[in-house]
Amino acid sequence: MITRVLTFFWFAFIATAPHAEEIVMGMSQDEVAITASFTGSEILIFGAVRRDAPAPESSQLEVIIAVQGPNLPVTVRKKERVAGIWVNTSSIELDIAPSFYAVATSGGIGDVLLPLEDLRHAVSVGRVVRSAGQDAFATDNSVDAFARIQAEDNLIQILEGAVKIDEQTLFRARISLPANITEGDYKTRIFLTRNGMVVDQLDTIIPVYKVGIERWLYKLSQEQAAIYGALSLAIAALAGWMAAAIFGRLHG
Amino acid sequence: MQIYLPIAEVSVNIFLILGLGGVVGILSGMFGVGGGFLITPLLFFVGIPPAVAVATSANQIVASSVSGLISQIKRRGVDFVMGTVLLIGGLIGSAIGVQIFNLLKEMGQVDLLVNLCYVIFLGIIGGMMFIESLNAIIRSKNSPPKRRKHNWVHNLPFKMKFRISGLYISVIPPLMVGVLVGLLAAIMGVGGGFIMVPAMIYLLGMPTKVVIGTSLFQIIFVAAFTTMMHAITNQTVDIVLAILLLIGGVIGAQFGTRIGMKLKAEQLRILLAGLVLLVALKLAVDLLVEPSELYSIAGIGE
Repeated sequence: MITRVLTFFWFAFIATAPHAEEIVMGMSQDEVAITASFTGSEILIFGAVRRDAPAPESSQLEVIIAVQGPNLPVTVRKKERVAGIWVNTSSIELDIAPSFYAVATSGGIGDVLLPLEDLRHAVSVGRVVRSAGQDAFATDNSVDAFARIQAEDNLIQILEGAVKIDEQTLFRARISLPANITEGDYKTRIFLTRNGMVVDQLDTIIPVYKVGIERWLYKLSQEQAAIYGALSLAIAALAGWMAAAIFGRLHG
Repeated sequence: MQIYLPIAEVSVNIFLILGLGGVVGILSGMFGVGGGFLITPLLFFVGIPPAVAVATSANQIVASSVSGLISQIKRRGVDFVMGTVLLIGGLIGSAIGVQIFNLLKEMGQVDLLVNLCYVIFLGIIGGMMFIESLNAIIRSKNSPPKRRKHNWVHNLPFKMKFRISGLYISVIPPLMVGVLVGLLAAIMGVGGGFIMVPAMIYLLGMPTKVVIGTSLFQIIFVAAFTTMMHAITNQTVDIVLAILLLIGGVIGAQFGTRIGMKLKAEQLRILLAGLVLLVALKLAVDLLVEPSELYSIAGIGE
């Protein structure tokens, strides 16, 4: 009888486990405004874990924070030597690849997330690019090359150990967005894991948009391309004429 | 001091871009070249996406060419009749060139073609100019220059008087030069001054002092046409980047024109030849040496 009751409670615990710990989060800023003086931005993402019961002693709480920029189609090309010169010989289209991806974890990503859970939630860099592309031809080489080139520009960031956890309850991480980011909605996901299994997930959006004159010029170039082109030419001709006039006067 | 470029979507140092514009402006004023063959690779180098670099440098070329042209007009260094004939040819060539460019783009080898064009044409023209002007310098030290010989160019029909150039030749050769330059300019994404200038000197026999102004006159229209095409079809002209480049560019062009006046024609030609050869060499090395990253990505931010 006792064992049956225990078994019942055990199952009840498993069933309710995902809800036993819940994420409550905050951010240092709700949006990122790209102004003329924009040189990148640092966002502090922080939060706490709300519990109905005391924290389990048996396992360690881990946190993963992933920030993902808008997806864009990308072509990955490979060069080979043909007749002595280096030529693009093959290319692979990644239908949609994240223009920015940062993943911060409280430990090594292999330690805090099981491969099965990674497959389901698409958290690690390789998994994000593959799941976004859904491309049968997206070979390991091309995905790796994409990740390598993007990482050089800080557009892919793997920040293992960047999430700090206090008292198994409070967590925080800093994500820096470089100056060369694409505007759009940045999907932000926070995962709580125990034993490599996701116990709770919270999604939010960080809007990253151009403002002021940057916004106005960008919209003009997209929506009134002919006027924008003519404006560019007018400025060019005027500047050329002015320089000649000023220098002509200076030299008699 | 950093500024965020709205179309290129990168943050750049203001003074770096001003300086870049200035250097190219000096060369533009000195040699009558738009400087497209220099500024585009330099913009790649500072991290501007290639599509934006190509389109925006076309806009910058308009500014520095206008600035240089006005100084040349005052010195009667522009043959408008010749310029118009070249321009008509140029627009025909450019229209054909755009078609070829799009065809190769579909085949996926446009980068290679552009680079090969650069290496071959810059190499040939630079080499020829270098040898010729070196000979001219040696000759001028030893003996008075010989009279220019008449060649096949002077025996064609439809002769026209080009008063400022002091030529009475058929319109066919300048028209053909225009077509060829327009064709290459559209494929290579440049104004074509570095091809135009030597063609005018060696093929048409124009005096060096009117070559620069006439070339600038022609370049303004080709570059303006290119800017509009890019702005409308690709939305890749970055007006903020263009303004920074052209502030440096127009001032540089004024200094360049004055430096150009002080130098002898042969010296000017040998300097331009050296510069052209240097760019060709750099591009040739890029094609021959194994790149550190075999993969490249395209599509983001374009």
